Amino acid sequence: MATQHSRSAARLMMAPAVFLLLVWMLVPLSMTLWFSFRKYLPLRGGDLGWAGFDNYVRFVTSSAFWPSVMTTLIIVGGVLIITVVFGVLLAMLLDQPMWGQGVVRILVIAPFFVMPTVSALVWKNMFMDPTNGLFAHLWKFFGAEPVSWLSQASLESIIMIVSWQWLPFATLILLTAIQSLDSSQLEAAEIDGAKPVSRFYHIILPHLGRAITIVVLIQTIFLLSIFAEIFVTTGGAFGTKTLTYLIFQRVLESQNIGLGSAGGVYAIILANIVALFLMRIVGKNLDT
Amino acid sequence: MARAVTTQRKAINTAFAWGVGLLIFFPILWTILTSFKTEAQAISDPPVFLFFDWTLENYAVVQERSDYMRFLWNSIIIAGGSTILGVIIAVPAAWSMAFVPSPRTKDILLWMLSTKMLPAVGVLYPIYLLFIKLGWLDTQIGLVIVLMLINLPIIVWMLYTYFKEIPGEILEAARMDGATLKSEILYVLTPMAVPGIASTLLLNVILAWNEAFWTLNLTAAKAAPLTAFIASYSSPEGLFYAKLSAASVMAIAPILIMGWFSQKQLVRGLTFGAVK
Amino acid sequence: MTLKGAFFAASALVSVSATALTAEVLTIATVNNGDMIRMQGLTADFTEKTGHEVNWVTLEENVLRQRVTTDVTTKGGSFDIMTIGMYETPIWGANGWLVPLDDLSEGYDVDDILPAMRNGLSHDGTLYAAPFYGESSMIMYRTDLMEAAGLEMPDAPTWEFIREAAVAMTDRDAEINGICLRGKAGWGEGGALITVIANSFGARWFDENWTPQFDQPEWADALNFYVGLMNDAGPPGYATNGFNENLSLFQQGKCGMWIDATVAASFVTNPDDSTVADKVGFALAPNHEGVEKRANWLWAWALGIPAGTQKEAAAKEFIEWATSKDYIELVAANEGWANVPPGARTSLYENPEYQKVPFAQKTLDSILAADPNNPTVDPVPYVGVQFVAIPEYAGIATDVSQEFSAVYAGQQTVAEALEKAQALTIDAMEAAGY
Repeated sequence: MATQHSRSAARLMMAPAVFLLLVWMLVPLSMTLWFSFRKYLPLRGGDLGWAGFDNYVRFVTSSAFWPSVMTTLIIVGGVLIITVVFGVLLAMLLDQPMWGQGVVRILVIAPFFVMPTVSALVWKNMFMDPTNGLFAHLWKFFGAEPVSWLSQASLESIIMIVSWQWLPFATLILLTAIQSLDSSQLEAAEIDGAKPVSRFYHIILPHLGRAITIVVLIQTIFLLSIFAEIFVTTGGAFGTKTLTYLIFQRVLESQNIGLGSAGGVYAIILANIVALFLMRIVGKNLDT
Repeated sequence: MARAVTTQRKAINTAFAWGVGLLIFFPILWTILTSFKTEAQAISDPPVFLFFDWTLENYAVVQERSDYMRFLWNSIIIAGGSTILGVIIAVPAAWSMAFVPSPRTKDILLWMLSTKMLPAVGVLYPIYLLFIKLGWLDTQIGLVIVLMLINLPIIVWMLYTYFKEIPGEILEAARMDGATLKSEILYVLTPMAVPGIASTLLLNVILAWNEAFWTLNLTAAKAAPLTAFIASYSSPEGLFYAKLSAASVMAIAPILIMGWFSQKQLVRGLTFGAVK
Repeated sequence: MTLKGAFFAASALVSVSATALTAEVLTIATVNNGDMIRMQGLTADFTEKTGHEVNWVTLEENVLRQRVTTDVTTKGGSFDIMTIGMYETPIWGANGWLVPLDDLSEGYDVDDILPAMRNGLSHDGTLYAAPFYGESSMIMYRTDLMEAAGLEMPDAPTWEFIREAAVAMTDRDAEINGICLRGKAGWGEGGALITVIANSFGARWFDENWTPQFDQPEWADALNFYVGLMNDAGPPGYATNGFNENLSLFQQGKCGMWIDATVAASFVTNPDDSTVADKVGFALAPNHEGVEKRANWLWAWALGIPAGTQKEAAAKEFIEWATSKDYIELVAANEGWANVPPGARTSLYENPEYQKVPFAQKTLDSILAADPNNPTVDPVPYVGVQFVAIPEYAGIATDVSQEFSAVYAGQQTVAEALEKAQALTIDAMEAAGY
């Protein structure tokens, strides 16, 4: 029973976190909003006055805007699909009895510990380089023409790199969920003669629903803002410019803070649309 | 769950799982191997796997060029400090959300998560200007605070879902026995929450260790962590695969080793309430 | 002299000698290029001479640029010295963000700095950054492959000859590409190269009224020529190759020719890193037949002091040390003449020891051939050879070069790319208020 006393105590305990996050959100957000209505060009002398909605119009009418939104969604969607599908399969595999389970688990989760910059550099140079990369050697070994991964299959390559980094996270959460599955249920189904496929669809997958929701939600938050992987590999060329990257270009390369800030506001809107969308589809599972 | 499994089936599982595990681990393995090659061997055609002249030269060069220990120390302070500070602030918040829920609890949680969606680069200038005002540029304290704020929502959420698993009756019983709020938290809740807190700490150390935007843009010489260390090896002139590999191994090794030693805790606690 | 006056004079003396004696710790941001790494290794010499210590912040070029630009525009004061280029220096100098280097000591001999470098690093006649090394672009080629192809490289070839030679040298089975050129997106990477190629075809970025010129035939000619050349004789995946990628290709013996920064000459002729060190020849960057301008760019990595630093005096001491004749001697003594930072000082090219270095004269000729005020055939309203020294350029040129790289990767046609380049440049220039 929550008494009046414990309620106010609870509020007090929540206060620091809520207050800090409020400040952390409001201060940059209001500064971003302010800048987005200014003609702010640091290299031309700084704040040059009121700009009205110019920055917003210019950002959204630029030919790079809609492609960047699409690219963002493709990367987020692609990585989510790959990590969830392979995460489920991997989790089921790791749940099987085997020798050296602990070591295999270590191998599988290792990529999660690698800095995004490092993983992008390693993939770009040592694997995807069309001359010295390991893939090029492999392709040549089989008599095929080496692929210029980052220009010919740029988006796929980036999705692959990012998926490699996030697969361990998905696998870990899904694995914990699978391990909590009551095995007697599965055994009963097996005795009833249910095929493995139907066992998967009717028992395992529903049980994983909640874990998948968590994976999708957390990863989306991180994936919407991936940056290092693009900065290091393609620098936004070959159709890999995400909204975050476009804002980076406006802020740091074009040195147009006003325009970049307007882009930042669009990015927040996009993030919230995606979040809403997610809540609709998967939110039912998240009854916390 | 003692299901009878034939040895044959177990062998197949083992072979398959090891194959997949090694495949996923391979890029890291390859980086480690390359770090012990000479630059010429690193790009030799066909590539050499194990049979090359192992050398420590790259590590020596990297160490000579940049003071690795300083970067490492900054990484430890920043990742560790931000995580501990975050947990200190998050525990009471998560506790009250879990045990004294109000109709707005879920909204507050989702709002907290949504603060993570502000694209970092969009607010670089505001934050940079703020840091100048506060004198926080290139200081450990500045980065500790920023990374704490970035990860606070995740910390609160993880702890919240973990606390929620703790049955309320135990608290009731403690309260009946006349336990104060303080002792309730200290002696009843905390022991039960330790695994959850441990895995929260681990996950956030990883996230903070690998954060590469703020740690790079808000530091210069004094507070620069390993992410900045990597930025000086990323594309120099000339052949660089071996040196880049050595620098990469040095940057990820501490966190990788920590992760390996603590993977049991990580696996146990990394549920986000996914397990009912 | 009154008592008060004497007191002030005395305290002034004390404070002067105090600043001279105080050992400072300088924070220097620099790029991770070979010459700078070497400078870091020699820091002890500076500390020994002046007592000041140095904290290095060494970053990859793109990260460095974003880092120092953020800091200087917000007056963050994170660095006492920044390594910047010929693009940033005049813009920052004009904004008053850099300490003018107009009071360097007598012994430093500022007049010895090559005029092209000095002009490029000045604004209104005041030097704002001292060149650590300077470069132009030139042809580096494999003498053995050229001979095998039965051709002889003229001192100053045309693009037409380069094409003929590149095709003749190409041997796909042996993984030898006739020519390696930058194609990587980025204004300082492929963007720089295609701009000088365009110059040598008579194209320009803007006309006198700041109207973008991508709709002019010269640009189409230049871009079509480049794409045709690279498809026939370039390495696979050249759309992602920048300076580093090409350098390692050339060092591995996979390129017949390479047109790039003159500083690369010391890397490709260094037997420690290069498998073809003794088979490299040099020639002036080419021109298109009938066009007088050659594909020479002009660049310097220079050291500047951000205004507002507390350690201006010590920072100047460092700059005088790092860009001095003595420093060049120091490197020569330690690493040999071929490895000294080139392209900054006239006296270096008059040094008989340095004249023995095979690429010395060609480097100087290439630097002298570049003219930032008249980069191409027609008059332009801007300064800069492979860039346009206006604040908006970096952003625009990165976008434009990304469109071009998409052509190199076969994702769009030359005409499409030029159309997009024209549109986005017009848009960005409007936003900037031209």
